Amino acid sequence: MSEPKYPKCVKIESKPSDFCPGCGHSIVLKNLGFVIDELGISDKSVFVTDIGCSLLAWDYYNINSVQSHHGRGVSVSTGIKLAQPKKVVISYMGDGGGYAIGLHHLLHAAKRNEPLTVILVNNTVFAMTGGQAAPTTIIGEDTESTPEGQFVEGPIFGPNLIKQVADKKAFIARGSVDNIPQLKKYLKLAIENQINNNAFSFLEILSYCPTNWKTNTQKTFDFLDTLKRIYETGIVDDEKK
Amino acid sequence: MQDPIVMAEAERIPFVAYIGQRGGPSTGTVIYSQQELNLATRGGNGEAMRLVLGPSNLQELYDFMILAFDWAFRYRLPVIVLGDGYLSKTMGSVILKKAGKVKAAKSILDFDHPVNIRNTYSQEEELSQIILRELKDFAAIGSKVEKSEVIKCDDAEVVVFAWGTVGSAAREAVEKLRKEGLKVGLFRPITLKPFGAQKAKIAVKNAKKILIAESSFGQFGRLVLESLFGVKDLSVERLYKPAQGIISEEIEEKLREMIK
Repeated sequence: MSEPKYPKCVKIESKPSDFCPGCGHSIVLKNLGFVIDELGISDKSVFVTDIGCSLLAWDYYNINSVQSHHGRGVSVSTGIKLAQPKKVVISYMGDGGGYAIGLHHLLHAAKRNEPLTVILVNNTVFAMTGGQAAPTTIIGEDTESTPEGQFVEGPIFGPNLIKQVADKKAFIARGSVDNIPQLKKYLKLAIENQINNNAFSFLEILSYCPTNWKTNTQKTFDFLDTLKRIYETGIVDDEKK
Repeated sequence: MQDPIVMAEAERIPFVAYIGQRGGPSTGTVIYSQQELNLATRGGNGEAMRLVLGPSNLQELYDFMILAFDWAFRYRLPVIVLGDGYLSKTMGSVILKKAGKVKAAKSILDFDHPVNIRNTYSQEEELSQIILRELKDFAAIGSKVEKSEVIKCDDAEVVVFAWGTVGSAAREAVEKLRKEGLKVGLFRPITLKPFGAQKAKIAVKNAKKILIAESSFGQFGRLVLESLFGVKDLSVERLYKPAQGIISEEIEEKLREMIK
């Protein structure tokens, strides 16, 4: 049996990571690691985590990292980029931090076209606190705080919302953990846009949370398919489509 | 505001804040108060490891901001300059200093040997040990930076305790009464955190009475009485005017009554 292939920038001694079995974060982080290796930027990157499950990535890589608060990872990243403009700053968060508690940080960073790469993993729930409804929870979805289904509010379309205020140079897209080639392509574009165009990038990634969805393997895949019918994947830019 | 301060405490990230205290609760007034002392010195869900400076005039406001940046980078702690509406809006002359260079004790990010800065723990014991270690370090830093202004306390029968803008008013009152031969003194903490408890005890060694003057209702008084714990035969008068300024004449009048 061959050893699993990890990106070089991954901190092996911090593995196994603390994510639940079946969690989509590991898929995102591993592929982000491959992209960082490919671009050769591990020695000039700063990885900023948020609060929520995303913070469990604080020592995922052998890369400088700082942990911040809900959504404020974007503001901390802004500060780091101001102090170290030649470094590559990647802000990593979940939908609870990015779209609920700390949305304003994200919107204003996009509006100011801060040269950052923001990656937001969307699993439709506040996962670390036990699976409560989030702004991304879809109509009819069972959560810990909506046990009979969430029928009050529609989902939030983050990339479209950000597109409203973002600069023309911004790269804005949505990917998914079940489409690795597309995911890697978007991760690369989101980082290259910071390096080459000194512009803002935002990538939402639809992800699995079997623990809080209370789903087995097949149902986990099925629910992600349902999400993809509501949350369209692709680049939010007519010209680039 | 407490959110980033406690995170900076935990991660030892240099952090400087100027707070212009407003009258509260909540929106209250935008004019003036000394009501954010509790928040500044004791706020957050931790052990409040931050340095708090209380400027009493424009010159100090200017000087302490420079000091705040120096301390923040030197000690990697949050430093708060706790001003108020009067200081924030007063125009006056200040002697400018030649700008010095702030030197970081050590670079926080290291691109040769990456650091992973976190404030998330899964074991109670682990976090508790870290807090105890940090508190020890904070106490050592505190003893280096602690500052107070002590005026004519050696033979004072009545000592006024005041800080910030009220401290300025108290200084004026004490200086005036001293010219008349009245034995009054002033203790004004410049660092409100850490509070110079030992110096405060020495300041009242010959006093029979103290006066605590503040534009809040006991927030400062609590710090003073805590610092004087164990001192016997000392009567305490209070001039508490929450969210309202205190002028030197009021302190003067109060001191005259007390020294009779």
